[in-house]
Amino acid sequence: MSKLVLEQIEKGFDEQLILADLSFGVNDGEFVSLLGPSGSGKSTIFHLIGGLYQPDQGTIYLNGQDIVGKKGSISYMPQTPALLPWRTILDNVMLGAELAHQPDRNQAIHMLRRAGLAEYSNRYPHELSGGMKQRAAFVRSLLSPQPFICLDEPFSALDEFTRLEMQKWLLSIWEEERPSVLFVTHNIEEAIFLSDRIIVLGSKPAQVIKEFDITFNRPRTEDLTLTNEFLAIKKEIFQTLRGVLDD
Amino acid sequence: MLKKSFLPLSAIIGLLTAWETTSRLFDIPSWILPAPVAIFQEAIQSWDNYRHHLLSTISLTISGLVIGITIGIAIAIMLHLMPRVREAVYPLLIMSQNIPIIVLAPLLVIWFGFGILPKLLIIILVCFFPITVAMVDGLRQTSPELVHYMKMAGASKKQIFTKLELPHAIPQMFSGLKISATYSVMGAVISEWLGAQNGIGVYMTLASSSFRTDRVFVAIFFIMLLCMLLFAVILLLEKYLLKWRPSQEESS
Repeated sequence: MSKLVLEQIEKGFDEQLILADLSFGVNDGEFVSLLGPSGSGKSTIFHLIGGLYQPDQGTIYLNGQDIVGKKGSISYMPQTPALLPWRTILDNVMLGAELAHQPDRNQAIHMLRRAGLAEYSNRYPHELSGGMKQRAAFVRSLLSPQPFICLDEPFSALDEFTRLEMQKWLLSIWEEERPSVLFVTHNIEEAIFLSDRIIVLGSKPAQVIKEFDITFNRPRTEDLTLTNEFLAIKKEIFQTLRGVLDD
Repeated sequence: MLKKSFLPLSAIIGLLTAWETTSRLFDIPSWILPAPVAIFQEAIQSWDNYRHHLLSTISLTISGLVIGITIGIAIAIMLHLMPRVREAVYPLLIMSQNIPIIVLAPLLVIWFGFGILPKLLIIILVCFFPITVAMVDGLRQTSPELVHYMKMAGASKKQIFTKLELPHAIPQMFSGLKISATYSVMGAVISEWLGAQNGIGVYMTLASSSFRTDRVFVAIFFIMLLCMLLFAVILLLEKYLLKWRPSQEESS
């Protein structure tokens, strides 16, 4: 079980308020996306959850426990793959578990096979394409002992085709494992396609503008993105976001 | 490999041929500039006379180099882990390198006599600096992205150091090592000039004071050979340890 709750978080830097009275939660096994314009303090939210920053006010609970300022409570996948260049892919995906002193080689090999990276397990990161590196980074976060996963715009550096492939791949793995996920993105379509719920953030300071429940059945396929329901919700979110930008 | 070494090899052969012919053509006295063939003959003939000098220099160089490398790495790690000490000591370290070793050497002899200690000290002094500087930079320039990931993943300071910063600094350390290896031979020869029983430095001093220029060249040749051998060992070690790095063709 893993459930994340942020309660009335406030955070500023140099007198500038970045987050004001921000409250939201992610339920067990839920896939939640944070959607907002760039500069809306999305990274700051992750830094707070990851324990790198302290909020000025408010609390963060993971499974009912206060995790403010506690590093390593969540499993994290950054925007860039951040694989260590001197480690093979196998050793890289075990890093998260290794830091908690519980690496499991067999499980790592098994996950790499499921991610279609079996033949690359003894290669070094520079020998892999951008998409493969991101897959390895995601496998690493799945293998980390923390059950709650935070994904920080993981596909934003990939080209359009690779991104779609990666989204489908991510969904297929997620639908089997069902970890709780907090996903940050600025791509509306990506958010709708993947999430159970979308939280739209306003900028400067960031606050929750609106929440959307995405109730499409799972497993989801690519065709979903062309249905009227999908386009309708995309339009609605787009208009909400435009309202944010106009302010 | 063969293709790559063709140009430098032909340059060396060309140079030696020009040297040999001009020596013969202008009948240059051998005490001014002996011809390559004469140097070569001397090297073979008096092998037994200088073999012990050579061995002594080799063992001195290697001991000094190994101690210097160890100290260099230790200082680098210490300075990295204690940023305030680094701020205080780093300028001093750089200033220490502005003192010409040839000036420092007689001082060391005054303080520590003619034993092996001042000789080792000279080699250590010339060796540790390039490694320390290169490695301190390597440790500091760890990619912020990777540090960020490690912190988010809950890595302790010790884990960030051993699993991220240290391996990250290894390539830089090797650039320092290559410089140190070549300096170490020079340091050994200089230390031998100051007073020693054995060593290429001693052999060279004796040869030049008796105008045996051919022997000076033999000494120079062996100094170069020793430098190149040490360099090659480090290159091999680097290739083995850093096989994860993309090769030049791949990265371009």
